[in-house]
Amino acid sequence: MSNDIRIKKGLDIKLKGEAEKTLEQAIISNYCTVRPEDFHGTIPKLIAKEGTQIKAGETLFYDKANEAIKFASPVSGKVMEVVRGPKRRIDAIKIEADKTQDYYDFGVFDVNTAKPEALKAHLLASGCWPFIKQRPYDVIAKPDKTPKAIFVSAYASAPLAADLDFALQGKTKELQTAILALGKLTEGQVHVSVGKQSKSPFEGLSGMTLHKVSGPHPSGNVGTQINKIDPVNKGEIVWTVNPQDLVIIGELLLTGKFNAERIVALAGSSVESPRYFKTRIGSEVSTMIYDKGIAKDAHVRVISGNVLTGKQVPPDGALDYYSNVISVIPEGDDYEFFGWNKPIFDKVSTSRALTFSWLNPGKKYDLNTNTNGEHRAFVVTGNYEEVFPLDIYPMQILKACMYKDLDEMEALGMYEVAPEDFALTEFICVSKQPHQRIIREGLDLMLKEIG
Amino acid sequence: MSLKSKLHNFKEKHRSKKWLPAFSAIHTFLFMPNETTHGGTHIKAADDLKRTMNIVIMAMIPCLIFGMFNAGYQHHLAFGEIQAVSQGFFSPEFWTMENFLVGFWKIIPLVIVSYGVGLGIEFIFAIIKGHEVEEGYLVTGMLVPLIVPVDTPLWMLAVAVVFGVVIGKEVFGGTGMNILNPALTIRAFLFFAYPTWMSGDKVWVHGAVERANEIASGANLDAVSGETILGSLAQGLQHDYSISEMFLGFIPGSVGETSAILILLGGLFLIFTKIGSWRIMLSSVLGAIAMGLIFNSVVDAGIITEGSKFYGLMSTVWWHHLIIGGFAFGTVFMATDPVTASQTNKGKWIYGFLVGFISIMIRVFNPAYPEGVMLAILLMNVFAPTIDHYVVRGNVKKRMKRLKVKTA
Repeated sequence: MSNDIRIKKGLDIKLKGEAEKTLEQAIISNYCTVRPEDFHGTIPKLIAKEGTQIKAGETLFYDKANEAIKFASPVSGKVMEVVRGPKRRIDAIKIEADKTQDYYDFGVFDVNTAKPEALKAHLLASGCWPFIKQRPYDVIAKPDKTPKAIFVSAYASAPLAADLDFALQGKTKELQTAILALGKLTEGQVHVSVGKQSKSPFEGLSGMTLHKVSGPHPSGNVGTQINKIDPVNKGEIVWTVNPQDLVIIGELLLTGKFNAERIVALAGSSVESPRYFKTRIGSEVSTMIYDKGIAKDAHVRVISGNVLTGKQVPPDGALDYYSNVISVIPEGDDYEFFGWNKPIFDKVSTSRALTFSWLNPGKKYDLNTNTNGEHRAFVVTGNYEEVFPLDIYPMQILKACMYKDLDEMEALGMYEVAPEDFALTEFICVSKQPHQRIIREGLDLMLKEIG
Repeated sequence: MSLKSKLHNFKEKHRSKKWLPAFSAIHTFLFMPNETTHGGTHIKAADDLKRTMNIVIMAMIPCLIFGMFNAGYQHHLAFGEIQAVSQGFFSPEFWTMENFLVGFWKIIPLVIVSYGVGLGIEFIFAIIKGHEVEEGYLVTGMLVPLIVPVDTPLWMLAVAVVFGVVIGKEVFGGTGMNILNPALTIRAFLFFAYPTWMSGDKVWVHGAVERANEIASGANLDAVSGETILGSLAQGLQHDYSISEMFLGFIPGSVGETSAILILLGGLFLIFTKIGSWRIMLSSVLGAIAMGLIFNSVVDAGIITEGSKFYGLMSTVWWHHLIIGGFAFGTVFMATDPVTASQTNKGKWIYGFLVGFISIMIRVFNPAYPEGVMLAILLMNVFAPTIDHYVVRGNVKKRMKRLKVKTA
């Protein structure tokens, strides 16, 4: 069965430096860093103290609020350092990786005969659970609830995103196993969305509903697809999983190994030769960005994730737990003479206010990190709606989050959204408001007050 | 050392000073700031509020320049010094240096007072409240001189600007927070505080009031009058302006409101740049047409006859309403103010339609002051949040229904 989802509202931001479809083995990273902040809302309780020798897949820490949710080490090695911030908060756990990887054996798991409870326990014990996120609130799924459906977006529409058809090729077996497993965990269906034109490894798999997506970004956002396929109502829960994480889940079930290997795109206009790498979660980005990438002292920003939703990492930082792209773009901390009124040809804009990106829709841009203006109160109306395909009033819900009216937030559709759904409205915002942060804080408030 | 780095060092040196927003306002006027993104999206689109506001000002500049020529033209025409225009838009009688200079010396002081006082207040509030100077007043400051009669005393304008900016905007929290359009608040203040300078048959032509005072004090001179078309019609009088004069703008009126064709061009520019809302402009025109047609049919049906005091304006052909008075200017430049208009797309249709509809209604039923667009927009500004509320409720209801279908 195949269903079409056509998105009309949105914006494709075409940037220079798309990764070329060649795969290279990244230099093996000596260190692996896991940052608890990647798991939003989790308060880590450390198990692997400094100096402990652990295998790949063994638990580093668990969630204080829900001890069943365990977080696995992506590599085998010695826990070198636990970096702490204010109030002894754990900022990062650094592991010195072994030269030859040693995997903890969780045992082969037969999905077809297993009961859902046993499967759940297996995923929780093996550290695969954090790959499953839930809406509402865009946090790690609560294991005691059953979702009405599970969504996987295998279509990446964000700027400079890794091509999932390329990154997932040859992984059909793992994907199929993971899909069947997910199917056991929901009362409803597993919805997988692929690009309309693509040759996705998901095609032909069983145990899921395939959707073909077309249209501009954010058509590839899982939130957009949920809104079009089966929107979240009050009291309902859906789960989402990234396709690259399905591979890890699938491999765990098939072989018993937690293999945190991941294919990552190195992209962005600052990169000399953008391409794909095979690496591991938590690897240092320096193992990838310097070889035919950027100069040592380049004035750039390294982002773990895409340019709209990713996290800034220092050049000696590490790939985060969920991302499959490293973007490198120039910093824009310079002044521009009369930048606010001269005609602009080299930046993206949805208006035509002496901005000329509408003249040449196919052009690729080299955007930097300049904000192109200062933070202001909301003034302009109607422009967010042009790039926001969800059936939600974007400005109204943002304002509801700002004045913290829980009833209003709920009524306007807060259960359906995640910060990433507001990345495009944030990008085009004339008043340069931090939309994603506003939504994140709103979700956190709701989670705290309503739960 | 370049200007760029000098200003940068100055900013860094005085980072903690209270008056820094005042410096930043000028600094960011010269240079787009060196700010980079932190958290959230790492890239941003090119548009900011300065650019947006600048586009609106650009759209108004033709009206301003035309207003300068027209001020001089109306002056010289009323004093019998020149002939009326004869050759369409580019008539040589109109585009003369004499006309321009009369208008220039009358209108530039209005612009300077408007910006000087208004921006002064904005700077003071920015420093007190410790935020950057927001750009809202850039447009307001240009609108104000365009919507007042040419002879408005400067002190009155200054008082009105103080009132409009402080009470109309800053008490609500500044740019983006106000309920009423600040420029119209300023005009409404002038209108209610100094009605003799805002209506009647003298104020629209430079020098007419002065001449009337001279006559009153015994000078033996011809009286000069410059009644607006609406004023004549409201009194049941005929006017002798042709359609083309009305459309091109060779008529008395507030400084920038007379030339329908330049306002139309400005409106098209705003729509093309996606800065102005085409929904509001179009629906406002539709609303005005609807009301005009209703009045025309009332006259046609014989309910209102020539003896009635409403006859003059009710019998005005419906489409003439669009090109006389301030309707066009209000629709294009003031009803579309995104802060005070409806903010939802559906709401914009309703809001705009009612602006147009009520404009013409007030025009006809208020013979004391036959310009309805100002009051119509202010009224709809007040109702815009209510319209939005019901539009948004529609979306909320849909969500509730979805839930009910599920649980039923």
